[in-house]
Amino acid sequence: MKSFWALLHRDVTLAIREGGAIGTALGFFLVVVSLMPLGLGPDLNLLSRIAAGILWIALLLAALLSLNRIFEADHEDGTLDVLATGPLPLELVTAAKSLAHWVTTGIPLAIMAPVLGILLNLDLAAYPILVATTLVGTPAVSFLGAIGAALTMKTRRGGLLLALIVLPLYVPTLIFGISAVSAGAGPTGLAASFLILAAISLVTIVLGPLAAAAALKVHLQ
Amino acid sequence: MDLGPHAAFIWISYAAVTVTVTGLILWLIADGRKQAADLEALERQGVKRRSSSPGVR
Amino acid sequence: MQTLTQRLANPTRFMELSARLLPWISAGAVVLLAYGLYLAFFASPADYQQGETVRIMYIHVPCAWLSMMVYALIALSSFGLLVFRHPLADVSAKAAAPLGAAFTFLALLTGSLWGKPMWGTYWVWDARLTSVLILFFLYLGLIALRSALEDESAASKLTAILALVGVTILPIIKFSVDWWNTLHQPSTDFTSTVDPSMRLPLLVMAIAFTLLFFAMHLKAMRNEILRRRVKALRTQAVAGRDRLAAHGAE
Repeated sequence: MKSFWALLHRDVTLAIREGGAIGTALGFFLVVVSLMPLGLGPDLNLLSRIAAGILWIALLLAALLSLNRIFEADHEDGTLDVLATGPLPLELVTAAKSLAHWVTTGIPLAIMAPVLGILLNLDLAAYPILVATTLVGTPAVSFLGAIGAALTMKTRRGGLLLALIVLPLYVPTLIFGISAVSAGAGPTGLAASFLILAAISLVTIVLGPLAAAAALKVHLQ
Repeated sequence: MDLGPHAAFIWISYAAVTVTVTGLILWLIADGRKQAADLEALERQGVKRRSSSPGVR
Repeated sequence: MQTLTQRLANPTRFMELSARLLPWISAGAVVLLAYGLYLAFFASPADYQQGETVRIMYIHVPCAWLSMMVYALIALSSFGLLVFRHPLADVSAKAAAPLGAAFTFLALLTGSLWGKPMWGTYWVWDARLTSVLILFFLYLGLIALRSALEDESAASKLTAILALVGVTILPIIKFSVDWWNTLHQPSTDFTSTVDPSMRLPLLVMAIAFTLLFFAMHLKAMRNEILRRRVKALRTQAVAGRDRLAAHGAE
């Protein structure tokens, strides 16, 4: 367990020291969200109605861009081979790395989301719900993304392939994330979709590291 | 045969399925012929499968 | 069951068995298809609501059925590869993916052509159409992942992992799309029970398409086995030539 936390700490520290990756994801998030009104027109009523959808989709795309760094750098410099032969089971290695991705990408994007909500005239009452759902939903984004990152680690044009593989898997997260935020859901609908979103995240936290570790084992053979 | 005002939709549906499935079948047959021919050419060159020639190590 | 799959583990025996089976399955598919088409066009009535367009159903539903059955087959084969390391499991999964994608595409296309006269538009974000669309994306992901990897044995295993992940997530996707659909389109219900006079042609067509798929799948598996033999022989020939060259240099 100690080596799990050590690995998590290392990955988070590396991501923060490099800085570039987090900043790029946040910048991309900002740019995509600000392009939306330019494409859809500045009608604030329309924008506030679809704000939750725009924010969630932009968040998924921003997270997608950072997925390939979960394993790629460690694969290139050989760290992954060392980790694979080390005492920590590969399932826990992938869990630690996915968790690190969530801490360094999921949480910043979730915190950034309400700030960008201002640009889209999102209803003020929806802000706490938005932060809560993005925080609860983004683990699924990181852990499912880790599967895709592990599968495509050695491929050329990996980025596009990663998007093709991972985005369909994000559909449940997207749907329940948005339905929790949209005003029409009402309090019962809100509780239900929030709980389902949490359940999806929990399922992927179990499934993701297993599948990602299986994929890494194939690559490292 | 009168298929009513939307006959075109019915015909296009059936045509699309026919074209796609026929295309797949033709591709499968052509691919099978190509693989069989390649295999035969290799065997004529004297390249034998290990399992078919137990005498050679 | 176990003994049959074990006996099939020998590709040579599989080639013999499939060579004997293939004509029968193909013939069965052709006969049933002819009978089904006759029933669909001449021996079944037009629907009292949908009119003649209901005849699209007889190819749309079998395609939609195959789109799901083939994915289940791929998932099963992937399981066979990863857990039992069955030598034919990967051949089966690889051969089925493009066929499944083709039938899923046809299900979408015929559904859309059925939708235009029925709903007045080619595409509605109906729960079932949407889930089939996402299933199509999963097929594309499988095909793309396999083609992006050069090492064939690694590609097989990684694609199998993706197929199993997909089959785990698929029920959640289906559930979420149904939920999303009830949120956005509360009152429209496109489902209706099938009249008995249409049940027989539908059943015949479904069986015919299933046989058709299995005939194509067997043929594709045979091709794949031959392709692997050709590849093995080529590498063997190159290795032999290298050995000879090394001897000559000495």
